[in-house]
Amino acid sequence: MNNLLRLEEGLARIVTNDPWTLVRTLEGDLPTGPLVLPLAGWLTRRFEHNPARDAVWLGPDDEVESLKPWARLLPMIAVDFPSFRDGRGYSQAYLLRTRLGWTGELRAIGDVLRDQLSHMRQCGFDSFAVREDKSAEDALKGLAGMSVSYGRSVIEPRPLFRRR
Amino acid sequence: MYQYDDYDRALVFERVAQFRDQVERFMVGELSEEEFLPLRLQNGLYMQKHAYMLRVAIPYGTLGAGQMRTLASIARDYDRGYGHFTTRQNMQFNWIELAQVPDILERLAQVEMHAIQTSGNCVRNITTEAFAGVAADELIDPRPLAEILRQWSTINPEFLFLPRKFKIAICSAKQDRAAIMMHDIGLYLYPGSDGQMLLRVIVGGGLGRTPILGLQIREGLPWQHLLSYVEAVLRVYNRYGRRDNKYKARIKILVKALGIEAFAKEVEEEWQHLKDGPAQLTDVEYERVASAFVPPVYQALAGTNLDFGTRLTQNPAFARWVARNVQPHKVPGYVSVVLSTKPGIASPPGDVTAEQMDAVADWSEQFGFGEIRIAHEQNIVLPDVTKADLYALWCLACDQGLGCANIGLLTDIIACPGGDFCALANAKSIPIAQAIQGRFEDLDYLHDLGDISLNISGCMNACGHHHIGNIGILGVDKNGSEWYQITLGGAQGRNSALGKVIGPSFSAAEVPDVIERIIATFVRYRESEELFVDTVQRIGLEPFKERIYPKVLEASV
Repeated sequence: MNNLLRLEEGLARIVTNDPWTLVRTLEGDLPTGPLVLPLAGWLTRRFEHNPARDAVWLGPDDEVESLKPWARLLPMIAVDFPSFRDGRGYSQAYLLRTRLGWTGELRAIGDVLRDQLSHMRQCGFDSFAVREDKSAEDALKGLAGMSVSYGRSVIEPRPLFRRR
Repeated sequence: MYQYDDYDRALVFERVAQFRDQVERFMVGELSEEEFLPLRLQNGLYMQKHAYMLRVAIPYGTLGAGQMRTLASIARDYDRGYGHFTTRQNMQFNWIELAQVPDILERLAQVEMHAIQTSGNCVRNITTEAFAGVAADELIDPRPLAEILRQWSTINPEFLFLPRKFKIAICSAKQDRAAIMMHDIGLYLYPGSDGQMLLRVIVGGGLGRTPILGLQIREGLPWQHLLSYVEAVLRVYNRYGRRDNKYKARIKILVKALGIEAFAKEVEEEWQHLKDGPAQLTDVEYERVASAFVPPVYQALAGTNLDFGTRLTQNPAFARWVARNVQPHKVPGYVSVVLSTKPGIASPPGDVTAEQMDAVADWSEQFGFGEIRIAHEQNIVLPDVTKADLYALWCLACDQGLGCANIGLLTDIIACPGGDFCALANAKSIPIAQAIQGRFEDLDYLHDLGDISLNISGCMNACGHHHIGNIGILGVDKNGSEWYQITLGGAQGRNSALGKVIGPSFSAAEVPDVIERIIATFVRYRESEELFVDTVQRIGLEPFKERIYPKVLEASV
């Protein structure tokens, strides 16, 4: 999985040595190396493999709460945006961060585009697998977003009226 | 009026810069049409039949004289000299060049206006009634909470790609003039026994393809929980609302599928995590916003004015206008004036020229405190006029074509732009409105008929709110030609009701005759001063059908 942006200590950079391989479906032989598996596949394979090795990705229909028993074990969680117009991933990210207390890497995958990156960042994503046909360098410009946000978010839980 | 501080100002200007960049990237092909679409929609920009349309937000329908003049300047410099007021209290410009949109938005930002989220699958403009803050029957001024909600919902990152558009209205008067039962969330604000502000929360209302009146989900919610509660509703909707079919994606479908109890339980569970958290509103914030809506310094006036009384007795046309277009005010000696944008065939409902906008801005300063409201019936309201000034204002309004004495009457037609402009429409709305207005030109007769609301939508999306018109007209497509389905008995307000279809649809040419027959039936069955909607309620649809479809009935005998 490449074309990745990652936030570290508030700084965004392009990641060129990302170790993860995204597995969309579990058909056939799986690649070696650390995998990002669909939720159902991860749940089945966790008995056969070291569960701490593979990461999981959630589709928009997957319940965030189903990861609760495993949140301590997981090395990384990804959330899929099958279309950038499907906003369920934003609520999933919010819940992962605030309800499940997930502090590890939270990666947006799928239809991940420059003009939505700042919203994703505010909802708690800290890595962004930008769609393959788009330039990661260009997408970096979308991360900052605007300087003012009225509402609250994962990265700023206090609404503006508490900061004004 | 709410005044921007540095935060508000920074936000609108940064948004303009952001959209300017997006427009440029689209024009050079860096953004595809599909990628650009939701970005432009969330900046109020639609693609219509002939050109782009820009929908400018008028938060809860309130604007100042300077803002109205800016709208006039945009109409003049970037459009064809006019604009259109919508049923969501916004203004649409119909003939816009894409490349000029960032400049238009910049001009709006300079007067503390924007077009953010006037379209798209996000929280839309928060609405309230046009007489907020001045209505004689008001309980609490709903504008501070409307503004607080506006800010909270503006570019709220989690809720910008909802399953479908999301409309919130708030009202706090004995009469519901904000149609809160027809909203995704309707809020009714009222004082509790100890004077504390409480909210009744209604969810799942909406018109469109599946018209449904909202259902109560919460009673007695203390106002401090407004944002956390709305957040809980939105999160449940964002997670579970349908996304497979755009006609089944509104929250009303989710509420219906789950049932109101199950939906309320989901919301309640979500809310337990949020209540008493940082989203809880503070007295400080309420006071900060409410201080922008303190009443102006009114003159101490008597309730009656001698000169005004004389004018009323001497000039029947003026008296008729006062009877229809003037609303009672909280303060003695003052009234609110409704300027009709429905003069008949001279101009489509809701359309206002740049010259008229400038004139309204002048009058708002001359006869008020520089404040103007837009009613969801697409008319303009001057909220604070003294009775002594009414005659002078009426004369000026008549000169500008805004003095028609038809508020609430049959010709005060609510209509969407329809097939003349809108790419979604099945049929035209404006020619139908004008044909009906042309048929009923006799003002004396109209006044005798009393309150009758007539709403026209060019398609199922129901921008003309046809379901809640006493008479509703819906444009339908039959094998590529335009037909009109008619409903009777719809109503807005506390006794909201959805109209019922009277039978097979009609061609455009038949519609005025059908309306005439409906009115003739009403006149025949009406008891003394009975309202049209009450007569329909009492006698049912049959007498109307008999008069409208005699041949069909004969044939079936």
